[in-house]
Amino acid sequence: MLHDVAIVGGGVVGCAILRRLALGGLCCVMLEKGADILAGASKANSALLHTGFDAPTGSLELACMRAGYAEYHEIRDSLNLPLLRTGAVVVAWNDEDYARLAAIVEQAHANGVADVAQIDASMLYRLEPNLAPGALGAVQVPGERVIDAWSAPLAYAHQAIAHGAIIRRGCEVQGGERESDHWVLATAAGEVMARVVVNAAGLYGDHVERIARPAPFTIRPRKGQFVVFDKTAYPLVTAIVLPVPTERTKGVLVCRTAYGNLIVGPTAEEQDDRVNATVDQQALERLIANGRALVPALADHPVTAVYAGLRPATQFKDYQIEALPGEGWITVGGIRSTGLTGALGIAQHVAGLYVEHFGALDNAVTPIPTSVPNLAEDRPRPYAQANPGEIVCHCELVTRGEIEAALVGALPAGDLGGLKRRTRCAMGRCQGFYCSWRIAQLADGRLADVPQPTPMMRTA
Amino acid sequence: MKHDVIIIGSGPAGLAAATELRRLGIRDVVVLEREQTAGGVPRHCGHPGFGWRECRRLLAGPAYAQRLVAGATGVDLRTGTTALRLEAGGRVHTISSTGPAVVEARHVLLAMGTRETPRSARLISGTRPWGVFTTGALQQLVYLAGVQPCTSAVIVGTELVSFSNLLTMRHARIRPLAMIEAGERIVAPRPGDWIARLAFGARVLTRSTLVAVHGEQRVSGVDIETPRGRETIECDGVVFSGGFVPETEIVRTSHLAIDPATGGPVVDQYGRCSDPAWFAAGNLLRPVEASWTAWSEGRAVAHAIAASLRGALPAPTHQTVLEAAGLVRYVCPQRLSHPSPLVPALRVNVRVSRAGRGRLRMTHGKRELWGQVRSMLPERRLLIPTVAGDFATLDRVVVDLALPAAR
Repeated sequence: MLHDVAIVGGGVVGCAILRRLALGGLCCVMLEKGADILAGASKANSALLHTGFDAPTGSLELACMRAGYAEYHEIRDSLNLPLLRTGAVVVAWNDEDYARLAAIVEQAHANGVADVAQIDASMLYRLEPNLAPGALGAVQVPGERVIDAWSAPLAYAHQAIAHGAIIRRGCEVQGGERESDHWVLATAAGEVMARVVVNAAGLYGDHVERIARPAPFTIRPRKGQFVVFDKTAYPLVTAIVLPVPTERTKGVLVCRTAYGNLIVGPTAEEQDDRVNATVDQQALERLIANGRALVPALADHPVTAVYAGLRPATQFKDYQIEALPGEGWITVGGIRSTGLTGALGIAQHVAGLYVEHFGALDNAVTPIPTSVPNLAEDRPRPYAQANPGEIVCHCELVTRGEIEAALVGALPAGDLGGLKRRTRCAMGRCQGFYCSWRIAQLADGRLADVPQPTPMMRTA
Repeated sequence: MKHDVIIIGSGPAGLAAATELRRLGIRDVVVLEREQTAGGVPRHCGHPGFGWRECRRLLAGPAYAQRLVAGATGVDLRTGTTALRLEAGGRVHTISSTGPAVVEARHVLLAMGTRETPRSARLISGTRPWGVFTTGALQQLVYLAGVQPCTSAVIVGTELVSFSNLLTMRHARIRPLAMIEAGERIVAPRPGDWIARLAFGARVLTRSTLVAVHGEQRVSGVDIETPRGRETIECDGVVFSGGFVPETEIVRTSHLAIDPATGGPVVDQYGRCSDPAWFAAGNLLRPVEASWTAWSEGRAVAHAIAASLRGALPAPTHQTVLEAAGLVRYVCPQRLSHPSPLVPALRVNVRVSRAGRGRLRMTHGKRELWGQVRSMLPERRLLIPTVAGDFATLDRVVVDLALPAAR
């Protein structure tokens, strides 16, 4: 079968592009090498929806972030996606920081984020009374948001499927040939043909790019580690607490999650490994100390989980997005830490490139609302409703119904990580002490990494 | 409708209390259990070693759990019911398969037990693949789900519970490769290390730590640091054992006081919490004692609750704070209430932070109220005889361990 478009890479960017092009009436397929989508850079980040107040003025990144931010607000109700209106504060802890606040406000205004303003220390402590003493002032960014970094791309994928898109997992793209007017991609699961290929391969973007041309960029994975504090810590801060950024990094933030925790992170570490986002004890201890320095009351709250993610940074600051009209190829590379925010905007931009170079899109399609299960704490979850049935994960209060639903349907969980991203099961305080067995039983061999029960071994 | 007693948790402490309350003539006893099956942790301890003192037989965990459940006749045992939130006035917000509800009782007994510290909270470096378990998760995967979760594994820890993994692994045909202990010697009594070596073929590595986990989708190996240097062990499983913490999440968000030293609720000698309508027993009080201890504490606190329902256990008019100091890590109970009628009570138990022989004592200012020379190990609790009557006028008593002066 010849597809209009094959998207390589099932991350948040791939999912958003798949949705946009499927909504444009194209016949699309998305090829993901992992057992499930969102298994690379998209699985671990800070889950922020940025205004773009601190993005490079005039950049493509900023344009995509602004468009993505706006579209998320427009579509989130129809997809049942959460939005925590936390706002952010960029806090100055010393004179040097303080001197830079005015420039941060100025840049925000230049970026079109008009409600950003400097506030004094007394105002800051009124907003965030649990912040450590010693702050000199801050920039308030009312529009910064926290979202659910997993449900959003899953919702994009589900809407794409509703509009006829196909998602193939375990389908690593290993090579490709350009025939007269289409690509024949060689994948781990056979040949796939498409008129146009979109390279959204994230951490492998430069490898996949070599199918079409010498890669104009090199992926330099940048690792970010995070510490997740217990739900009891959630009330300690309201806004996303950011430091004044340095040339190298945006620094360590403290913020809420949609799941009712408080996170501290990320680190920013360059590494060569594109696969393994390892956590490191010393770095985690530093993060915890850092978090406690910012919010002293964190000392009374236990750590629930730790995680690490990789961002597909390149040698360039901006996103690397372009169309190769003669090649039937669109490159979407170097989508670094702002990808969650930028994804919907990137998809709009890619749709524009497609129209410009490859063909028309149908603008009359009415999107089919495809609501995903709610995982966020600010709205009712199934356990709190009538007849929730068995609760399997006690820490995160995940019902059997939710787990069973995530194991079937158009895009069932492919591995345990995928099930966690769809339900939150085993992600709480006990990390599976109580529910691993039940998950294994319910999955019954359907998750790539979880062994299937063999009834003869049971004694109890 | 207000019940006489609600018990949260149906492990040995909760079921012992329920059974004893019924025996003492309390009619309306409700037990809330969030799992689908009652019995608590012994449900998934598929090895023998339970019930000798309670039932006069040596049982495996599941059989023991079944006996406890069978013994709780006349108890309104509600499995599949999660206690979500505690509210002053004996109100418990619950979720069950039919939806949210609020139950209310004159007294509530907290008996939610304990769980192990997972790998994440231990901040272990490395990747995060399938194959990393706690003892409890491993037992449940093997004995409840019938999963062979890995084929060869390293055990971190050498407490008694760590050694139970050897039995679970034998049952599931998992090869135990090594047991890893940071201390000078194994925590469980000798000859545990010889049994591990000779009967199970596992290396026992003391003064060693696990420093990293490797593997993408499944564990492929671990790095350990031993006195002889760094070593990689190829395996597809890691079991983090011990490091127990009381399962107190609903207590920490309630009005009841928590003792940071035990991680459990603050209680007096009757198991009464900071709000005297609330009681606690078993391993929720402190990590961690054998099921027999949890069972006998549940039974003792049942007597206190029954006395309170009869009006024979007045609210405290004065409390003596027992304060752990020096090498004493914690004291439980943390309060002695006065008046102190003659009702079965929890025994004052302490744990120390390192091995040694010295004088365990209770002092008020410079005055020693009680003292005894004892040999202590961090993993053994020590009991202090009930002395509440003598302390009636004191506000604060320090419990510490005086070691002989270094020579």
